[in-house]
Amino acid sequence: MQLNTKNQLQENLIFTRPSSLNARPHHFCPGCGHGIVHRLLAELIDEFDIRQNIILVAPVGCGVLAYFYINVDGCEAAHGRVPAVATGLKRVHPDNIVIGYQGDGDLLAIGIAETIHAANRGENITIIFINNALYGMTGGQMAPTSLVGQKTKTSPYGRSVEEAGYPLKACELLATLAAPVFIERTSVHSIKQIIKTKKAIKKGLSNQIKGKGYSFIEVLSMCPTGWGMKPQAAVEWIETHMVPYYALGNLRDR
Amino acid sequence: MSKKIFMRGNEALAEAAIIAGCRYFFGYPITPQNEVPAYFAMRLPQVKGTFLQAESELAAINMVFGASAAGARVMTSSSSPGISLKQEGISYLAGAELPAVIANIMRGGPGLGNIAGAQGDYFQATKGGGHGDYRIIVLAPYSVQELADLTVLAFDLADTYRMVCMILGDGYLGQMSEPLVLPKPSSKHFDKSGWALNGAKGREPHIIRSLRLNPEHALEDLNVKLQKKYQTVAQNEIRYEEYKTDDAEYLLVGFGICSRIIKAAINGLRDKGVKAGLFRPVTLWPYPYQALQNCAKNVKKVLVVEMNAGQMVEDVRLALNGAVPVDFIGRMGGMIPEVEDIIERIESYAA
Amino acid sequence: MNEKIIFAGFGGQGIILAGKLVCIAAMNEGKYVSHIPSYGAEMRGGTANCAVVIATEEIPSPMVFNPTVCVALNLPSLKKFESRLSAGGVLIYNSSLIENGPQRNDIVAIPVKANELAEQAGSYKAANMVAIGALLKANMQIASLQAVKDALSQAVSKRNLSFNDINKKALTLGFESVKTALH
Repeated sequence: MQLNTKNQLQENLIFTRPSSLNARPHHFCPGCGHGIVHRLLAELIDEFDIRQNIILVAPVGCGVLAYFYINVDGCEAAHGRVPAVATGLKRVHPDNIVIGYQGDGDLLAIGIAETIHAANRGENITIIFINNALYGMTGGQMAPTSLVGQKTKTSPYGRSVEEAGYPLKACELLATLAAPVFIERTSVHSIKQIIKTKKAIKKGLSNQIKGKGYSFIEVLSMCPTGWGMKPQAAVEWIETHMVPYYALGNLRDR
Repeated sequence: MSKKIFMRGNEALAEAAIIAGCRYFFGYPITPQNEVPAYFAMRLPQVKGTFLQAESELAAINMVFGASAAGARVMTSSSSPGISLKQEGISYLAGAELPAVIANIMRGGPGLGNIAGAQGDYFQATKGGGHGDYRIIVLAPYSVQELADLTVLAFDLADTYRMVCMILGDGYLGQMSEPLVLPKPSSKHFDKSGWALNGAKGREPHIIRSLRLNPEHALEDLNVKLQKKYQTVAQNEIRYEEYKTDDAEYLLVGFGICSRIIKAAINGLRDKGVKAGLFRPVTLWPYPYQALQNCAKNVKKVLVVEMNAGQMVEDVRLALNGAVPVDFIGRMGGMIPEVEDIIERIESYAA
Repeated sequence: MNEKIIFAGFGGQGIILAGKLVCIAAMNEGKYVSHIPSYGAEMRGGTANCAVVIATEEIPSPMVFNPTVCVALNLPSLKKFESRLSAGGVLIYNSSLIENGPQRNDIVAIPVKANELAEQAGSYKAANMVAIGALLKANMQIASLQAVKDALSQAVSKRNLSFNDINKKALTLGFESVKTALH
């Protein structure tokens, strides 16, 4: 706090809402990781000063209203089709920064073909992938990323390998392709990891600004509601259950 | 007088799209429309456009969604099974009020069917193949020339109403070559700066979406708006052709390639002194109900000829509402009605 | 006039081009024309054919089930289309490759040594042109020999334009090989 000339108290905010983030209450559940990633993205849009150049493609899933919270041009995509819609946008406006935001059902189940092919074409776009190990929006069904043994609405006895196979690893899949320039898995379950997530998204955006090509950032994220846990327990579950299977770290940085 | 060239239907369609200013094409291979993407792949790089072979029909229609949201003139083409796959995207385009041109070079169905020309997708095209209350404009060309002309029109209609406009052709039309005078580009200009996405520079963000969650009546409001638009289209955009109907006692109704066979039958009948005429809807949606009703006022009987099991005939019956008896000849699975069969059927009425 | 013509032969014999060339010539003479190739799976396996209609009135359907004229450049084509030819129809066949001509006696069969005459013109590849030449003589209404020669530059792709002198020779040799015009 400091005194101004009229000797009145005035706030000196050192931590504010990023200007690219709309002043609007969000719909996310308490302890959900989406809000953190939204904020990181908004901070980076401010830092790069690219708000007026962004086209944000929102998925079907909990990220469906992303364009409602981030103050940029926004586009809907049918379930799984974010990379295709983003491709259409980017091919028309190569100078715009096109960001795709997707969840695990969207990106790895119904939209896995679009995911792989956009990556394989090396589309100059940035994909942010929120992995919370289930379908959140529809009430907690098993996702391609649900862990072996994980109980969900549609795997009430736990995901069995015999029935449903093994959880898909998006980063490792994409790392088999030649075209992507950046592939990294991070998490938002700790301050340290949140900072790493921001760095990874920053790299993904700067790659696109430089015209380098396809960048993919997978973010492990809490879903306390879907997992039936308190937020703190959800944070711990990422550390104890998700991180051992979904190894954090960079798989490609060209 | 412009020079006549000799061109295949599928290629005329693609060239006409380029003339109309289409610079983006996203598609997936399927017979009998493969010459469309191949032609775009060859031509678009020459005019600084983008051709992209998508990984699926789903991806293709959603790339169209993205390019249209970006404000570009864009199209995709396919044939029946591929158009089925695009239906979800068409519904989204309708909900988001995005213009796009889609060509369906129909083949025999259901299922994988065959690759011959057919008209079995009339219901799918005109009654909505995707989910929700929406309409698309459907144009049914009957010659290579009209295929090219209607393609240019399709882009203008799509942009005028921010709607999907479908060109409903068939394998025969797509594969056949005929003399053609290339159409002129339209002189209309469309300002998309009020809604298209290109980054919110010095303006409020634009959002392209069909999702309407709040307030409670938001989605109904959108639907009311869409229905008003469709009414306007139905008032302004009905197109049809009448052939020798002035004194006709028997009225034949058909669309697309079928109407050519009907014309030949009418000429054969007239040579024998039987007064027959043709009513040919060019817009299948909006359907020319009133015009057909007027045209059929003084006829004894109506015969509908289609390359399907009887789809448009339902709209004919709706238009005539029992005022005139309606008969039907249909061939399926890629077969074409014979001129002689049509003549025989009409002659049987007089006997 | 309403001639329904089938051109048929091996893939690679220039069947589709033959149909296209005749169409362009007739179009330039002010006639109604249509051309449709057999396509898709039907094309695989070596035989190709296309249906051409040349008429003085608007053409109802481009499809041809019972041709009035058939040009068969190989034996499978002759076998396939002989029975479909309408009575009194004309069958021009490549006697370089087909030893035994058609069986039917209600049609006009015209053998043409298409391969030999093409070699004589400068390339065996011009057998299709020899056959067209014969067709033009057999049915003078379809298009004139000159119109077909003039249409070559429109019908042939750019990379093959250099063959047009050979093509023209082959057209003439085919035309002259048929002694009497039928129409």
